[in-house]
Amino acid sequence: MDASQSALRAPSGTSVLGGARRRPTEDAVKAFLIFCTLISVVTTVGILIALLEETIGFFGEIGIGEFFTGNDWSPLFADPSYGVLPLVWGTIQITLISLVVAMPLGLGAAVYLSEYARPRVRKTVKPVLELLAGIPTIVFGYFALTYFTPVILNDLLGLEVQVFNSLSAGVIMGFMVLPTIASLAEDAMTAVPQSLREGAFGLGASKLQVSVRVVFPAALSGIVAAVVLGVSRAIGETMIVLVAAGQLPNNALSTEEPHATMTAFIAGTAKGDVPTGSIGYETIFAVGTTLFFMTLLMNAIAIRFVRRYRQVYE
Amino acid sequence: MSAHGAVIPPASGRERLKDRGFRGLIVFCTLAGMGMLALLLWDVAADGGDRLSWDFVTTFPSAFPDKAGIESALMGTIWLMAVCAAFIIPVGVATAIYLEEYADRNRWWNRFVEVNIQNLAAVPSIIYGILGLAFLVRGPLDLGRVVLAGGLTLGLLVLPVVIIAAREAIRAVPPSIREGSMALGATQWQTIRKQVLPAAIPGIATGVILALSRAIGETAPLIVVGAASFVAFNPSGLDDAFTALPLQIFEWISRPQPEFQLLAAAGILILLALLMSMNAVAIWLRNRYEQKW
Repeated sequence: MDASQSALRAPSGTSVLGGARRRPTEDAVKAFLIFCTLISVVTTVGILIALLEETIGFFGEIGIGEFFTGNDWSPLFADPSYGVLPLVWGTIQITLISLVVAMPLGLGAAVYLSEYARPRVRKTVKPVLELLAGIPTIVFGYFALTYFTPVILNDLLGLEVQVFNSLSAGVIMGFMVLPTIASLAEDAMTAVPQSLREGAFGLGASKLQVSVRVVFPAALSGIVAAVVLGVSRAIGETMIVLVAAGQLPNNALSTEEPHATMTAFIAGTAKGDVPTGSIGYETIFAVGTTLFFMTLLMNAIAIRFVRRYRQVYE
Repeated sequence: MSAHGAVIPPASGRERLKDRGFRGLIVFCTLAGMGMLALLLWDVAADGGDRLSWDFVTTFPSAFPDKAGIESALMGTIWLMAVCAAFIIPVGVATAIYLEEYADRNRWWNRFVEVNIQNLAAVPSIIYGILGLAFLVRGPLDLGRVVLAGGLTLGLLVLPVVIIAAREAIRAVPPSIREGSMALGATQWQTIRKQVLPAAIPGIATGVILALSRAIGETAPLIVVGAASFVAFNPSGLDDAFTALPLQIFEWISRPQPEFQLLAAAGILILLALLMSMNAVAIWLRNRYEQKW
C-alpha cells in the first residue's frame, strides 16, 4: 500500500504525462489539512504549558522536597501543609483494588472469548462488554455510593465500611476498567497464529493447556500492555472516586475509610472556584502535573512492552 | 494416537476435569462483568423510574426535589454536543485525510504526530479540564465559563477518537479506487473529495457518533472548567453560562437528602437513554452502509 501511495504522489510537476501544472486549490487544501493536523500537536504543547507554568509558580513558593515527601495534604487550611503523598497513596490504593478485580476477571473473560466461546456467543458478549465500557463514570459513582456500599458491603457482606470508602470505589472502578483489559487482551490472544494451537493440539494438549501454556505466553506482550493501559485509566479516573471515596486526604491503610486521590482533589478544588494566581489555584496544576506524568509513564511502559516483546510470526 | 514422543501428555480423565473447571471459571469471569452491568441498570431503573415523567424533562432544577427537573441540563448538553461536533468533524476528518493521503511515513514529524495522537487518547479527561481552564476559560482566550469553552474542551478530549476512526475508514477504501480516479485525470484532492470521502463516510460517521457518546457522559473536565452546577435557564448562545446532564446528576448525588439521590437516578436514566440511542444509530449506520470491496 505504501508503494502504491508514493506512486500516486510522484507526479507533482514532473509527470511523464506532462501538463501537470500547480493548482492553487490543491495547495490551499493541503495547507488547511496540515493546519488541522497541527491542532493536536498544539493540544499537547498547550497541556504541557498549562501544567508547567503554574507548577513552576507553585514550586517557587513551596519546596519540591516538601511536596514529594510530605505526609500531610491540607493546602486550603489556615495552617496549610503541602505534602502530596496522601493523595498519591489514595490513587495507588484505589488503583490496586481495581486491579485485583479487573485483572483476573478481565483476563479470564479474554481467554474465554478468544479460545473457548463459539463465534455466536462471542458476537453477543463483546458488544455487552463494550456497553459496560461506554457507561459514564458518574453512573458508576452513583452505583458505588447508593448501592454497592450500603447494600452489598454493609448488609450482604457485613463489612463495617463508612459511607465514603475506598473499597467500594476501587471495586466498582475495577468493573469500569474490566472491558478495557478484556478487549485488548482478547485482541492480543486472537492475533496468535492458529498453527501454534494446532501444533499443541496435535501433540495431545488439552484446551486448558493450549490456552494457558501456549496462547497466553505467546500473547504476553499484548496482555501486559492491556493491563498497564487499564492501570492508566484507573489512575486518571475522577468521578467514581469523587462521589464514592470521600475527599479526605488519608494515609491510612484501611480501605474502610474515606480517601482522596489526585484526581478527586483537582475536581473538588476546582469546583470551589479558587481565584487565579492563588496558591490554591496553583495546587491544582502541581497535582495535575504529577498525575499527567504518572499516566504518561504508564503509557510509555505499555507502548514499550508491545514493541519490545512482541513476537513476530512469519 | 500413541503417547510415545508426545511433548505434552494426552488429555487424561483428570486433565479433562481440570479443563472443565477452568472453563467454568472463565465463563464466570465473563458473566461477572455482564452481571454487574445488569445489576447497575436494574438499580438505577428501580431508583429513578418513578421520577421519570414529561414534567421532569421540561422543568428547571429547583431547591425542592419534588419540583426539580432537568430541562436546563438537557439543553446545555445539546448545546455542548453541537459545539463539540462542529469542532471534531472538520478537524478530525482533515487530520485523518492528511495522515492517510498526504503524509509521508518516512518523515519524523509525521510519525511524531501519530504517536502524539495515540498519547493524547490516553491522557486523563481531568487534564483536559485543566487545559480548558487555563487556556479557554481564563488565560489567552478568556472566554469565561460558557458553552463555547465547555464544548471545545470536550472536543479536544474526544478528537483522537474521531481521528483514529476516520483514519481506519479512509484506509479501508482500496487503492485501486484512487488509482482509477487519478488515471482519469482527477487531481489528488478531486480524488479524495469525489471518491475516497464518499466511500469512507459511514465509517467516519460511526466514529463521530462514538466520540460524541463519550463526550456526553464526561463530567470531570466540565467540573474543572467550572460549569455552574445550578442553572435555571437554557443557554441562548455560545457565550452563555450552562450546566449539563452529568453535572446536574453529580450535583444531585452530592446532596445528602435521599430525594435528590432519586432525582440523580432519573437523570441517569435520561443520560443512558441518549447514549443508547446514539450507539444504536452508530450500529445501524455500520450495518446499513458497510461496504465490502
